[in-house]
Amino acid sequence: MKILKNIRIVLSVLFFLPIFIFFIDFTGKLPIQLHKFLSIQWIPAILSINLIVLGILFLLSLLFGRIYCSTICPLGVMQDVLTWKSRFFRKKKKKIRYDYSPPKNILRYSILALTVVVFIFGSSFLVILLDPYSTFGRIVSQLFRPLAIWGNNFLAYILSGMGNYTLFKVEQVGFVPLAFGIALSFFFLVVGMSWFKGRSYCNTICPVGTSLGLLSKISFFHISIEESKCIRCGACEKQCKSQCIDSDAMKVDDSRCVSCFNCLSACKKGGINYKIRYMKTQVQPIEHKINNSRRTFLLTSGAAIASVALAKTNKIIGKNDTILSRKPIMPPGANNLEHFSAHCTGCQLCVTKCPMQVLKPATLQYGISGITQPHLSFSTHVFCTYDCNICTNVCPTGALQPLVMEEKKLTQLGIATFRKNKCVVFTDEKDCGACSEHCPTQAVHMIPYKNGLTIPEITEDLCIGCGACESICPVRPYQAIYVEGSMNQRKARKPSEAKKFNKKIDDFGF
Amino acid sequence: MKRRDFFKSAAIVGIASFFKTNAFGTVLSGKEMAVHTGPDLVAVMGGEPEVMLIRALKEFGGIKTFVKRGQKVVIKPNIGWDRKPELAANTNPDLVGALVRLCKSAGASEVIVFDHTCHDWQKSYANSGIEKAVKAAGGKMVPANDESYYREVDLPRGVNLKKAKIHHALLECDVWFNVPVLKHHGGAKNTISMKNLMGIVWDRSFFHSHDLHQCIADAATFHKKPALNIVDAYRIMKSNGPQGKSESDVVKLKSLLVSPDYVAVDTAAMKLFSQVQPTDLKDVRYIALAEKNKVGTQNLEKLNVKRIKL
Repeated sequence: MKILKNIRIVLSVLFFLPIFIFFIDFTGKLPIQLHKFLSIQWIPAILSINLIVLGILFLLSLLFGRIYCSTICPLGVMQDVLTWKSRFFRKKKKKIRYDYSPPKNILRYSILALTVVVFIFGSSFLVILLDPYSTFGRIVSQLFRPLAIWGNNFLAYILSGMGNYTLFKVEQVGFVPLAFGIALSFFFLVVGMSWFKGRSYCNTICPVGTSLGLLSKISFFHISIEESKCIRCGACEKQCKSQCIDSDAMKVDDSRCVSCFNCLSACKKGGINYKIRYMKTQVQPIEHKINNSRRTFLLTSGAAIASVALAKTNKIIGKNDTILSRKPIMPPGANNLEHFSAHCTGCQLCVTKCPMQVLKPATLQYGISGITQPHLSFSTHVFCTYDCNICTNVCPTGALQPLVMEEKKLTQLGIATFRKNKCVVFTDEKDCGACSEHCPTQAVHMIPYKNGLTIPEITEDLCIGCGACESICPVRPYQAIYVEGSMNQRKARKPSEAKKFNKKIDDFGF
Repeated sequence: MKRRDFFKSAAIVGIASFFKTNAFGTVLSGKEMAVHTGPDLVAVMGGEPEVMLIRALKEFGGIKTFVKRGQKVVIKPNIGWDRKPELAANTNPDLVGALVRLCKSAGASEVIVFDHTCHDWQKSYANSGIEKAVKAAGGKMVPANDESYYREVDLPRGVNLKKAKIHHALLECDVWFNVPVLKHHGGAKNTISMKNLMGIVWDRSFFHSHDLHQCIADAATFHKKPALNIVDAYRIMKSNGPQGKSESDVVKLKSLLVSPDYVAVDTAAMKLFSQVQPTDLKDVRYIALAEKNKVGTQNLEKLNVKRIKL
């Protein structure tokens, strides 16, 4: 039976590493196809209605219990890795020991109910905040990735001093305090809880863990104690990071067991087994012990009321112009605000894959329920590249629909607005034209002004809102040309081609 | 004649001829430009980039006139945009590759190529075809995407631009070549050799906010001049510059203009360009401003111009 644990470890590393490295990769060298690993996650699969993945995950859970939590979920595996590594920091010979602890049913079912109800009422706030995969994405992109980049830059600095340019410095543009704060808080919450209480985050806070717990109560295979062989030594209990084995009572709480199989390796007597639940001889009654149904009911109804209130405040914020100084600019493929805010979990994958670093986690640009969802934030030389559709192709939740390059080039993320009285051509009467120079569709083009000068003009139906003009406009801090986001991404007109020149030139002209 | 005498006289003749072609030539050309010692500007038409380059350099005495054994060479093409070579938004990769090869054959210890790009630098390096051509020719692509690669330099002769941060590779090299492509340009009207200098500088937004034309002319006063400006006009972008929209913006002129003089080569290039897209030379204001800064002359009549058709 010991082999089960080893299989679990190998599989979890195979699932974890590609995701981890993909999130860290700042060189853009890793194949973009790696994102397919992410569509196997529960919440992304639910949001993108990926029936095949959902079917597989459901079947796996029904057969083997919560193996998602112990092998596929990157946040779960991260906890295991950190706990495993923590032996270097713990006092010598003081091994990690767990004791049985009763389930926190009120808390976990309330959080689950609240998340579901709030989502149904139209706010992704809690889904964004609590989806374990997205939490993992935020932790890696906000905490680990910058560290990796700093390391790279330090090495690049040393190497370039020696004339070696194999590594190059990677600039990190823009710091979003709120996204960083959320990532940091969850990192400490998750790591802190797992440091002292094993998988207690997964079993009390994580709504995915709680829902899978309902499923694993009836899973085909489950961990159970062989009463005839068990000597109540408690070895399994000490190894159970879910703290769900009560060795005195010889009971295992299936709803919290993440099928890590550590207990199997701990037992020397064969007193604990992973076996079929529905064997003739050992039909066990499905445990059903939520004896606080009344409290749960009260809490759930309270949650429903709260959610309605939240959804409503959300709408108010959406209309409040003082918070949104300008309309936010959604990434390409977001279609419209409604679709985007309902599907995006703020996992930051598109943000980390954006070669221009123009995608940033939102603070309050989309209102409270859109915190950490990506939006475009322009700064000097930072705008949406014309020939790039990476973000639309990596989104695991379907919030960003895949766009082929030709579609992307015509997708209006927003429309540029020109404030003539701020433009240097108007104020200083000098040539500039940086905006038009950078405009890929020539929606921003130069027209005669006076004294041989030219001044920008915008053809709105050609503009795709890429922000190249805004990013390069020398007028600071408030550019003379800026992009106003479109809440409904339309198709721009295809730019017309220039007239071909067909005459033959035989002379130098001088 | 004794054998020893023969060797002596042979040596003297050898040394003399060495002096005549090189040292004498360069000393003279500084003063008496009208005298046929070497051309001031060479224009070639009708060949492939590498052929035209070798032909033009021949007029200057070959690549060895400029590159000596063991020297560090920098080549600065225009690689500003994430565009394929056919769109002529960047310098022709074959031309850059050929120049790298020539420098290497002249014994250059290292040939470095970079540009401070407008689009994502890695994509621009790759999709322009220049990275591949340079590496194949034994050159080295160097990043220019971060301020840490730049050092501040004084430009005492500049009017608006008195200081600029310039890429350290350029500051540290022994000799460099400015290899722009001839293009229409929405902001500066046209981009040729002097506008290409914006790619050796870090803070370009200063240019745009302090009279673009004057700043370009000021950048040309940078004391370390290129050995040659090699203007790629194999394909030129006649409209919608500097990025271009499609191949309709491109005209194949199969030409190459080479000169150590920024102003002369830009003037000549504008005359070539105007045959396709009539442009008033006065509107490309930086050319006249650079002449005012005494970095070159617009008067092609006074120069020794070689026109070669292949």
